[in-house]
Amino acid sequence: MTALLEAVPAEVLHRPTTVPCAHCGAPGGGSSDATTPAFCCTACATAYAMIHMHGLGAYHRFAERRHRPVRASGRAFAEFDHAAFRARYVRVSDSGVAHVALALEGVHCASCVWLIERMPLLIDGVISAELDIRHSRASVTFDPAQTTLSAIAQSFDALGYTPHPFRGGDQALLRQREDRAMLVRIGIAGAIATNVMLASLALYAGELSAMDAASVRLFRWICFALTIPALVWPGRVFFTSAWAALRARTVHMDVPIALALLAGAGRGAINTLTGHGPIYFDGVCALVFLLLVGRFLQARGQRAAADATERLFALTPANAHAVQADGSNLDVPADAVAIGDVIAVRVGETIPVDGVIIAGSSALNRAILTGESTDVTVGVGDEVFAGTVNRSSPLQLRVTASGEDRRIATILTQVEAAARRRAPVVLLADRLASRVVTAVLVLALITYLIWVQRDASAAWDHVIALLIVTCPCALALATPLAMTAAVGRAAQTGVYIKGADALESLARPGILLLDKTGTLTVGDMTLDAWDGPDDVREQVLGLEADSTHPIASAFRRAWAGVATAPVTATAHTIGGGVRGVGDNAQLVIGSPAFVSAYLDAPAAPIPAAQSGLTPVLVVRNGRLVATALFGDVVRSDARPALATLRRKGWHTEMLSGDDAGVCARIGHKLEFPAADIFAAMTPEMKAAHVQRLVAHEATSARPRCVVMVGDGINDAAAIASATVGIGVHGGAEASLATADVALTKPGLRALVAAICGAERTMGVIRRNIAWAFVYNSIGVALALSGHITPMVAAIMMPISSVTIVLASWCGRTFVEEEQ
Amino acid sequence: VSILYIVLPLALCIVGVALIGYLWAVRSGQMDDLDTPGVRVILDDE
Repeated sequence: MTALLEAVPAEVLHRPTTVPCAHCGAPGGGSSDATTPAFCCTACATAYAMIHMHGLGAYHRFAERRHRPVRASGRAFAEFDHAAFRARYVRVSDSGVAHVALALEGVHCASCVWLIERMPLLIDGVISAELDIRHSRASVTFDPAQTTLSAIAQSFDALGYTPHPFRGGDQALLRQREDRAMLVRIGIAGAIATNVMLASLALYAGELSAMDAASVRLFRWICFALTIPALVWPGRVFFTSAWAALRARTVHMDVPIALALLAGAGRGAINTLTGHGPIYFDGVCALVFLLLVGRFLQARGQRAAADATERLFALTPANAHAVQADGSNLDVPADAVAIGDVIAVRVGETIPVDGVIIAGSSALNRAILTGESTDVTVGVGDEVFAGTVNRSSPLQLRVTASGEDRRIATILTQVEAAARRRAPVVLLADRLASRVVTAVLVLALITYLIWVQRDASAAWDHVIALLIVTCPCALALATPLAMTAAVGRAAQTGVYIKGADALESLARPGILLLDKTGTLTVGDMTLDAWDGPDDVREQVLGLEADSTHPIASAFRRAWAGVATAPVTATAHTIGGGVRGVGDNAQLVIGSPAFVSAYLDAPAAPIPAAQSGLTPVLVVRNGRLVATALFGDVVRSDARPALATLRRKGWHTEMLSGDDAGVCARIGHKLEFPAADIFAAMTPEMKAAHVQRLVAHEATSARPRCVVMVGDGINDAAAIASATVGIGVHGGAEASLATADVALTKPGLRALVAAICGAERTMGVIRRNIAWAFVYNSIGVALALSGHITPMVAAIMMPISSVTIVLASWCGRTFVEEEQ
Repeated sequence: VSILYIVLPLALCIVGVALIGYLWAVRSGQMDDLDTPGVRVILDDE
């Protein structure tokens, strides 16, 4: 990588005026002399040099490409060459060629496909690279004798596609097999259905123009011969599922479907053998085909959401820096770390294992485990857990648990258990199914009784016509279609929905439990109040310029446009503050206890200390010049979003791992009554609270659904226990994995959008069911009066299906911008 | 009438061939990723 950087002339980098970056097109590039390319950052320059050095300059002439600066992680990816990594993710074929699947970040358009699939030109030894753009997954084939996996990973990284090992290999294979089986069934059912319909059309035309008996017989037998394989192969799924339901003494949608198929085909077969009466085969085949399509769409919709969470899962940190005997660091897969090993954790990294600190002291963010928003200071001898983030200075740990024994893994196991325990939601369509079955059977009986007295020979025909016409096509096809359309549209607006039941539950107001840190609030230390002169701000920024401390980054975020004064930091005190000189001043920034030593006169106590905010004082030349208050601030859209939801009838509660003071301050701002604020909740308490509510609602006369919204591992068990769990943007993978709905946009507006979308989706479904009801009523009336000829049935069936398909597809459910 | 006895089986044979082609396409993985091949062709080298 360094060789590539040297290929970029030094003056190309960081030139003052703004022209678009030659690589990503972002403003803020370099000079505009138009002969040499300008870049917005070193990463873009590296990627540009790399692409051009290998003759792939065509990339930069594509109109559609990534218009974002390259975000390379710059890591060495040494763990990709480790034996444990190889054993797990790399497959070596007999010819010595290695295959690996990598999940890539930042893949988004056609030019990404172009560039990634030209990897063999970029690195010698790469034989082929294929990208699956929907799953952001690259399958790379390479020759291990010529190149290393870490070199390949570095190249992906330098181009801005940070690679991660793809972990769901077996699952993906299983799904692929399922998908192919479904497509095969649909293909066969479709081919048969079209041909049977064509043959039937000839029969209907023949009825009008007196076709000769031999031809009629031929067409009827052909229809019969084609229908048998359609029922035996693709149609079998309905019979097996209906049989399973009957054996479990329940009814669902597949029971009336199987009944209609069986009745139609059975009567058709008898009529074919005897040579008179309608044959129904066209209706039966069309039914099999359409229902299979509906089922396929349903499975696909659910899969799209599962894929998204799987992708997030693939991005969890997988490496640890093992400290070697000579003191150097070697990147190894986190799974390969043994108890007793020593690992280094750099600033800003997530700790990959459980361990005891043996060198260094730092501030840790444990929000992922406990939900506390404030950092905790740790030192030598303290126990730290995987998943926590090292915020201020490097640490060395002796590993006490890795892999499945880590505390985080234990919590995840509890989460999985909670997800398994969850009672399934009885869907509207399923609730209706049992009534539909009863109604159809009763009507069939009535039809038979009416007609057996008038014309015994025609009675059965009328009963079967009724069974076919009242087949719950709308319920079985329209509901999954509407759900699929809604789930797909929701994904486009940044709401990933895993199960149809979540949509249905969200459409009715219930109890909404919200995690505080990261959900209602920003989740980071933020400057809440500043009391001091403006020129001090520049000096503060100068002093904190090189610090990675959360307070320093909070200052930088809050004052993004403010200039930086030339102040040099001279001393950092962990858990205290910073001292520095410059600009004719002696500056000290830090906690009240720390700065008091540098004050000429003692300062008055800060009253805000009780309100859950962290005070930071600025002392210049021995005088207190400014006071800053830091805390976790409420998201700007939280108040209006909560107001909207409360107006809709949702009961809102706030759960948090933070202490009562912090919770009361935030809760007051968001108008939570004191009784609805639950402070100092451990992950276990949160889950228990949710389970108690779910159990309580289950016994009430009008059960409301319990929705848990959260972002961390500490919420994951609660999310899994709730009727509907929602994981918010930027949350931990575990909470997203167990959530039924994952929001990929920050803020609570996405939550409101999800709930409004769910309401509209249920509206579309109800409309569909109403349509189907109207159709079926007409059908029943005609069947009872004996007017359903095979022709009428053949016309009514497709018309009702097509209207419902169109209504589902065009229904306005999730839209880009919500009010 | 007699022509029907030839044409109909012939039509069914054609359908059968098309169906076999489709099944082959599904089983050889051509339907696994419907997004990438579409964008792959629109950008050509030079």
